Amino acid sequence: MTNTGTIVLVETEDGLATEVSLEALTFARALGPVQAVVIGSEPGDGLLARLGEQGVEKLHLATDARLAAYSAAAWAAVLVDVARSTGAAVVLASGSPRGNEVLAHVAVRCEVAMAANVVAVNGAQPLQVSRQVVGGSVLEEMRLSEGLAVVSVAGHACEPASAGTLTTPEVVEVAVTLTDADLVARVVRTGEKPVDESAALTSARVVVGAGRGAGSADGFTDLLELTELLRGALGASRVVTSLGWRPHHEQVGQTGIRISPDVYIACGISGAIQHWAGIQSAKTIIAINTDADAPMVTKAHYAVIGDLHEVVPAINAELRRRTG
Amino acid sequence: MANVLVCIKRVPDVSGQVLLSADGQSVDARHVGWTVSPHEECAVELAVQVAAATGGEATVLSVGSPDAVEQLRDALAVGCTRAVLVEADTDRIGPVDVAAAIADVAREHETAGTAYDLVLLGNDAADTGDFQVPVRLAHALERPVVTGISTVEVQGERVEAHGDGPVGPEVFELPLPAVIAVMEGGVAPRYPSVMGRMKAKKVEIETLTASGDPVGAGRVRLSLPPEQPSQVEILGEGPEAAPAVVDLLDKLGALR
Repeated sequence: MTNTGTIVLVETEDGLATEVSLEALTFARALGPVQAVVIGSEPGDGLLARLGEQGVEKLHLATDARLAAYSAAAWAAVLVDVARSTGAAVVLASGSPRGNEVLAHVAVRCEVAMAANVVAVNGAQPLQVSRQVVGGSVLEEMRLSEGLAVVSVAGHACEPASAGTLTTPEVVEVAVTLTDADLVARVVRTGEKPVDESAALTSARVVVGAGRGAGSADGFTDLLELTELLRGALGASRVVTSLGWRPHHEQVGQTGIRISPDVYIACGISGAIQHWAGIQSAKTIIAINTDADAPMVTKAHYAVIGDLHEVVPAINAELRRRTG
Repeated sequence: MANVLVCIKRVPDVSGQVLLSADGQSVDARHVGWTVSPHEECAVELAVQVAAATGGEATVLSVGSPDAVEQLRDALAVGCTRAVLVEADTDRIGPVDVAAAIADVAREHETAGTAYDLVLLGNDAADTGDFQVPVRLAHALERPVVTGISTVEVQGERVEAHGDGPVGPEVFELPLPAVIAVMEGGVAPRYPSVMGRMKAKKVEIETLTASGDPVGAGRVRLSLPPEQPSQVEILGEGPEAAPAVVDLLDKLGALR
């Protein structure tokens, strides 16, 4: 039997598919028929409709009580079961922390290769893909194994888009086979759900970025005011968090958070690869920098050449004047 | 007492422009330095802290070129006491091979009397970004594994691992021995002292060669995304540019 079709791990928040999971579904449609898998949570009211917009044919639900606490191995066991029972050719997820972790378990269980952070598919049988390496500054053309292909999709590799033909996904409950070993490394406690600034950072439409140009831990007053005036979120380059000027959860970049706001205002940031990896999918980038040749300036859409400590207060004053 | 094995990877220290080798198989690092990823610097720090807290030993390991000795010595200088280099052709190996090589060393050392209670790795390599070596290693050693962890605490026969989940902090509790992939953010890597550097120079590095034919990485070639000519529109210089910035923000719908 020739394997066909793609199964996609759909991560949910409050019962609805996350934005990056919708991207993964859109990406997957280019490979053929798509079935979705939701693990460990009850589907919310609008979930089926959203999956239908994505052209999903079938939703495999794994609601076994043992899956309520996240365990990558257990989630992988579910995906492998579904892949085998459906004869899928591709197992796909978003390149989110969970997506990559679960897929690594799937790949090792199925003894096949895994391609992380894929941005394009270039050939089939075996699947050949382009994926981001070196913080997104280099593309690797990679050939996957014969047999099952395991692929995570880089965040913002595509925009979620509706399928041409809407579907009403058939819902099937997965009969899961879990071993004790699958459940050893599971979440035993979650922290109190704080006002999670990093979550605000990933969903903010406007992000004000702060780099070395801030000068010191005391150099953020104007930047924070700008952030507030625009009702945005503050992000920081790695230098800033490494120096302890701002907390680590505000770090945007290859080893921090990846964001895709409508507007990113990069203040005093040179634009090294480490940082660029986290902001390259911002729709509009405005750089404020003393150095007109800094990569952040040359790669930005708009720039102001000047010291952020002079430019930002002037912008704040102008914003206050206009918005009264 | 907990013995820790911490695995690091020598990677090009690219922060500006990246160049590729003529055959498109690797990053041309002739004009840049070499380093390890921030995740791995934190993994080394955690390894040293766990070893100190439990009276165990921290061993650092790297799979790759003989030049990785430089990164191994850096880890020795901050408190690791043993180092292992598994020499392999970095252009021919992939995540499956790296995990197998590490597993081989862990098994051999256990036979020789040093069992590792904890194996720490970086969450993902700064260059190849495979996101899978820790999981493959754990599978080979039949140990539990978690990734994306910022701090660990060994308590007797168990380790508590803290990370950030999709909606907030998460805690895992694993029986030892275990494998943990570390993300930057939980600890600040210490700087080496002069004494540490001196000590590191004297440590004899155990050097091995990876066995068997590598599976490889499936790499066909590397390429650079097409260079976009700069299209930046300069709005002005200094504070006088403020009205133009606010006009633009208004046009972009960012004023609310």
